[in-house]
Amino acid sequence: MKKLSHVYMWVVFALLYAPILVLVLFSFNRAGSLNHFSGFSLYWYRELFRDATALTALRNSLVLAVSSSLIATVIGTLAALGIDRTRSKFLKGSLTSVTNIPMMNPDIVTGVSMMLLFVAAASVPFLPVRFGFTTMLIAHTTFNLPYIILSVLPRFRQMDKHLREAALDLGCTPAKTFFKVELPAILPGIVSGLMIGFTLSLDDFVISHFVSSPDFQTLPLYVYNQTAHEIKYSMYALCALMVFAILALLLAVNFAGAKGEKKQKNGGAA
Amino acid sequence: MNKRSFLERFAAVPHTVWAVLFILAPLLFVVYFAFTDTYGNFTFDNITMLSSYTHIFVLSICFALIATAICLIIGYPLAYIISQLSPRRQKLLVVFLMLPMWISLLIRTYSLMAILDNGGLLNSLLVSLGLDKIKIVGTSGAVILGMVYDFLPYMVLPIYTSMSKLDKRYYEAAADLGCNSLKTLFRVTLPLSLPGVISGITMVFVPSISTFYISQKLGGGSFDLIGDTIERQFKNVSTYNIGAAISLVMMILILISVAVMNRFSDEDEGGMIV
Repeated sequence: MKKLSHVYMWVVFALLYAPILVLVLFSFNRAGSLNHFSGFSLYWYRELFRDATALTALRNSLVLAVSSSLIATVIGTLAALGIDRTRSKFLKGSLTSVTNIPMMNPDIVTGVSMMLLFVAAASVPFLPVRFGFTTMLIAHTTFNLPYIILSVLPRFRQMDKHLREAALDLGCTPAKTFFKVELPAILPGIVSGLMIGFTLSLDDFVISHFVSSPDFQTLPLYVYNQTAHEIKYSMYALCALMVFAILALLLAVNFAGAKGEKKQKNGGAA
Repeated sequence: MNKRSFLERFAAVPHTVWAVLFILAPLLFVVYFAFTDTYGNFTFDNITMLSSYTHIFVLSICFALIATAICLIIGYPLAYIISQLSPRRQKLLVVFLMLPMWISLLIRTYSLMAILDNGGLLNSLLVSLGLDKIKIVGTSGAVILGMVYDFLPYMVLPIYTSMSKLDKRYYEAAADLGCNSLKTLFRVTLPLSLPGVISGITMVFVPSISTFYISQKLGGGSFDLIGDTIERQFKNVSTYNIGAAISLVMMILILISVAVMNRFSDEDEGGMIV
């Protein structure tokens, strides 16, 4: 029975990984076909790097992921502090439920709703709303916020409240107390929130699909447009590179020991 | 300690403003567009027109339900098996389980297509064995398979999390009281892992019912799901309103079902670990 269950487990894992392995393997296939493997080659990778759109998309993705996760981290950490200290149960409850809406809602609804907001805003005179980096930044910051708050808020709750009082008694100003006592205590939560935000932003396709413009493409949007009609083997190469990057990131996170944070209670995937 | 500092008092203000502007206001615009025509006049037409989309709603719900059921059937035993391993191996396998979740859905779907497509790996394998090609991409099976493949980890992880939190002494108690392992599974493990199951079902059902990339790629354009329909409406300004109406109905359906499901589970159980 035990042996059987192990076989089952490995079969499921094998099926889970098989397509990705095929993709990575055939990205090295010079022939550009799935029918035969004509030898190891980096041809499709060179092809990919010759494509200026791909490189721009990569740059856009990184700029967007860094800026949206940083903004969300600052706003979200402050929000977690505020929520932790609010005495009104009503305020606390309503703020957390509103924050969690983008996490509960399907991505497509979040994307569509933001698109409609920007469409409406663009029709207001004197409001210079144009689809592109700004709308993407707003959207990505918005869907990052709940994850940041969710990873920072428990740190505030776990923190020994007496430390804060001690610091205040010993003559620290509230601001100094925050930076000297509270910030170090919540820092692991902030770091993991920042990383979750960064990866979510890098990965997002559905919401970006609705709020971007053709002149601001991110990597997932580029992949989407490239795979719309035919199979492109340079896309295999790009996908393989992204898989390697994620693998490296995940290993780095695990070795750094930033573990055990709640990513999400419940929520939007994809 | 009684007086809150300036920082504490106003720390949540930027977020509150942000949430009102970019979470609540957009949803209000969905409602506004759903109840107006292209000229901004109030109308119920979009909502009444939804009846012609009934078959799409039914099809999407069926696909999502089937995919969720398959994920549960495959995923529950898997989570159970992982939770019975030694802590070190558990940790390793959880990383294995999470890795696909971090890989873009586009890439995973696309890689599945590389295998299942007409000129894909599976078919060229069949041809080289002297067998006939089978048409997979473009069938409803392929779409459901895509959903299962893409979202299976989202089912396994929350179930595993709630199982790993389970106090091992319950097993001993059950054994002491005369339960065999099968009975323990049904009377101890299953009820106590229910919050994880609920969370897993939500995490598979919601993206399955709203997907459009999977149905576009693996359905070969022959299946119109809610996601596809919404996506199409927003390509053209004149159909924004009907698109908003469909989105609104889908959102309400999902929020209701999530709320109903959450009644079955404890508030802070069944979370997911990163």
